[in-house]
Amino acid sequence: MLLIPCVHCGERNASEFRYAGEAGRRPDPTSASPDVWRHYLYGSGNPAGWVTERWYHRAGCRRFLVVERHTVTNTIRVVRPAGA
Amino acid sequence: MRLPRQRGEVIDRSDGFEFRWNGRARSAFRGDTIISALAAAGERVFSRSFKYHRRRGVVSASALDPGCLVQVGDEPNVRGAHRQVAPGMDVFAQNVWPSLDFDLRAGARWLRRFLGPGFYYKTFMAPRALWPWYQRLLRHMGTPGGTVPRERSSAYFDKRYAHADVVVAGAGPAGMAAAVASADRGARVMLVEEEHALGGHLRYGAGAHLAELSRLRQEIARREEIEVVTDAVVFGRYDDNWLGIVERRDGGGSERLIKARTSMLVVAPGLIERPYVFDGNDLPGVMLATAVRKLIRLYAVRPGERAVVFSANEEGDAAAADLEDAGVEVVRVVDGRRGEGIRRALGSSGVREVELDDGSRLRADLLVTATGWTAPTSLLNMAGCRPRYSPRAARFLPDALPRGVMATGALTGDGSLEELVAHGHAVGEEAARRAREPDKDIVEIPALGEPAHPELFRSDTHGFVDFSEDVSSKDIERAADEGYTSMQLAKRFTTATMGPAQGKLELMNMAHVHAESIGVSVAEVGTTTWRPPYVPVTLGALAGRNFEPARRSPIQVWHEDHGAVPLVAGQWIRPEHYGNPAEEVDNVRNRVGIIDVTPIGKLDLRGPDVPKLLNLVYVNKWSKLPIGSVRYGVMCAEDGVVLDDGVTGHIGEEHFIMSTTSSGATGVWEWLEDWLQTEHPEWRVLVTPVTSAFASINVAGPKARELMQRLVDDVDLSPDAFPYMRVRRGRIAGVAHSFMWRIGFTGELSYEIHVPAAYGLYVWEALMEHGRDLGIRPFGVEAQRIMRLEKGHFIVGQDTDGLTQAGSVGIGNLIKLDKPDFAGKPELVWQADRGARQRLVAVQTLDGAIVPPEASQIVKGAGSRHILGRITSSRLSPTLGRSICLALVDSDATEDPLTIRLPDGREVTARALDQLAHFDPKGERLRG
Repeated sequence: MLLIPCVHCGERNASEFRYAGEAGRRPDPTSASPDVWRHYLYGSGNPAGWVTERWYHRAGCRRFLVVERHTVTNTIRVVRPAGA
Repeated sequence: MRLPRQRGEVIDRSDGFEFRWNGRARSAFRGDTIISALAAAGERVFSRSFKYHRRRGVVSASALDPGCLVQVGDEPNVRGAHRQVAPGMDVFAQNVWPSLDFDLRAGARWLRRFLGPGFYYKTFMAPRALWPWYQRLLRHMGTPGGTVPRERSSAYFDKRYAHADVVVAGAGPAGMAAAVASADRGARVMLVEEEHALGGHLRYGAGAHLAELSRLRQEIARREEIEVVTDAVVFGRYDDNWLGIVERRDGGGSERLIKARTSMLVVAPGLIERPYVFDGNDLPGVMLATAVRKLIRLYAVRPGERAVVFSANEEGDAAAADLEDAGVEVVRVVDGRRGEGIRRALGSSGVREVELDDGSRLRADLLVTATGWTAPTSLLNMAGCRPRYSPRAARFLPDALPRGVMATGALTGDGSLEELVAHGHAVGEEAARRAREPDKDIVEIPALGEPAHPELFRSDTHGFVDFSEDVSSKDIERAADEGYTSMQLAKRFTTATMGPAQGKLELMNMAHVHAESIGVSVAEVGTTTWRPPYVPVTLGALAGRNFEPARRSPIQVWHEDHGAVPLVAGQWIRPEHYGNPAEEVDNVRNRVGIIDVTPIGKLDLRGPDVPKLLNLVYVNKWSKLPIGSVRYGVMCAEDGVVLDDGVTGHIGEEHFIMSTTSSGATGVWEWLEDWLQTEHPEWRVLVTPVTSAFASINVAGPKARELMQRLVDDVDLSPDAFPYMRVRRGRIAGVAHSFMWRIGFTGELSYEIHVPAAYGLYVWEALMEHGRDLGIRPFGVEAQRIMRLEKGHFIVGQDTDGLTQAGSVGIGNLIKLDKPDFAGKPELVWQADRGARQRLVAVQTLDGAIVPPEASQIVKGAGSRHILGRITSSRLSPTLGRSICLALVDSDATEDPLTIRLPDGREVTARALDQLAHFDPKGERLRG
């Protein structure tokens, strides 16, 4: 099981977290076209490589984290608080 | 035939007992496996094979032995050459009908040419009418294994978490040395061994081996830092060295799953001896050299009378010596290193003659083969290593490994006992160092010497490659002829390596025969993928004990004492009703009732920016909600689909209480946190879940106010002072810090009260007491559901689904598209532009006695296959004396009346109402 180095709690089992999808900017809701909005809703890159995603530390500090993870090796290189 | 005492024997001759084999008494010693005891009693046949029902005996005398799967009591597929026998054990042969000695299904051998690879894809296709018969036939013929009891197993399964610095998988000489060296460098070590005792091949070795074994065992026993787990296997290595270890308990009937997180994994499983492919290689009496050595040295069993040994390595030579020691006549040692070979074994119920390459035949009842090894690199593969095939060594050798995983022992190459121990020692020291200094560079430990071994896989005759699945080398050739030139496909088509041994005995032979068939080398073919689990793990071990949490309100004990029928709603146990939900409805409509609604989600929101948050997550407006007022709101996800609903009250300066659906409580909390943390970290809002901090009771019915007035002394409850959709804080039955809001899911005058949880039962009983003369009765979830349906209130997830956007549920005037932003707004703008695809409507059947079951279809006229919608909720309304429904129907459907098709095919007609409420559409009762 993956270990995620939470910025607040240290390394914890992935089972303490909820995966919250690839991180993406929310488009401006007043001007976004349906294509742009739906890409935000449903489009994820799912690359074989580095991906920026959000994890919620439900069984820990209850903070959303932004995690950069390599989907082939499961290496994690950056973890920072969401919104920072 | 039991031999005189052997130096390394594991049986306790002072502790003899009886067990049963196919109903007959057999004797055994403590320490015997099932198979060693039976072999000592002269048995040679332990099972029948999967497809052809051929007699099978000992092959490897290990847990992998395909011929030694037996039924023990109600436990099927027990590895008989591994499981230790116990007094009174009831052991049966599997896959035999009617008996082991006389198996009628052995007639399948006459059909052999029809039972080749993929026969069931080819033979049993036509005529289609016979499919059910084919299915029964195949079930009867093709079910290897024992019988699973219908009753729940009495076995006890447990789970454990372990945290080690170094886990060593395999306790042969190298693994034991590694454990000692790691412990001496300060590491906490877990040493995991599949056998019942430490030692690996030293256990059945010569004097020097036994002396070294005794030394290593003492070294380990002396170190507290080493935890030894025997009869256990590391079956999987997952991300970041998360290990699954299955530990067999209570003699093997139960298992414990150990989930271990370790800094370093040292893989030291040794090697698995592989069988040789030739005609007759599955006859009882054809054994591997390691099997013969274990039988003689560990269990003091003489495996035969006259032996031919086909040896291509030291193991075969040692087996020949062991046989001589045991008084077995070794007729010939056929030396594979000198190019000598064997061609076939002859016999019917066991080996009788052995034919050599030169055509000469030798009379023998035992044929021992030592033709090479399979490297069980599983755990390394799971760590990302891609072992390479070495033709010189005739086996796979490890390649580069990630930092957290090291290998030692024969897996990495050949060496003398001293070299194995030295290598294990060096690896153990380095593992401890890597665990202690995770940021320092690693030091590579040089591998052991690259072995030299002849590539011996198959004679010039055909024989079995996979004993568990009855797949021969001829079958694999045929598969290649039919176009299965990829190893992965050939494996699946022939099912070779897919039986209980999972490739550990047969993989190399499979790769060789396949490579030979398509004219390439083993290195080019590669092997099939090793995946977890490395050994079979029972589902019981994976499931462990049942730890499903249940939540109960502080009033639940009262409900149970008063005959409530329990309802499991998510994690909550709630009263469904107290005997008669229709009477409970009647009592609320005419007098007063109370319901325990503690599971309703409650979130305490504080801070100056709470209205901004509410504006963002609800579809309606919240900026101007005055203190003391509550408002109903609907939340949408960003796709505009209804997520949750509930009432939120402004109860003080910068202080709100939000209620959510019971099942949505956690999800809504996380949803709010997501917005606050990700999009608006600058907003000052504190969210605290208080669901179980308060007990919640809804007091409903025309006499609700009268009852409340008897218990509340500091709040003016008169309709003008405390009207509908207001919230007040005060004392209820003397309990301070309570609050009450006037809302009503039931459609009656009602007060939803929230009191500190510790006083929940007290307040409930006070209400019952003070309401006695008013005719108070408790009501359950069912009565509440009926009343909300009478009022046409939808339930998120019942009357909506994963596609139902907010514009479909009859709350159009609530959705404020002029707000600059809220979750899901763009989708709701577009939904408003194009019109809702479906809408929620109240439906009544013309015949009010018929209650269409939920999920009944609404179709476009009688007999039509065109579906317009479905019934989402339906009940018989005690208030109206007729059935009532909510339905999701296509917006452009103009049919009147509607046709409803029930699940049984009957059709009934119904009409849609103009509004969602079936009862009191103007809401005069609840505003009173």
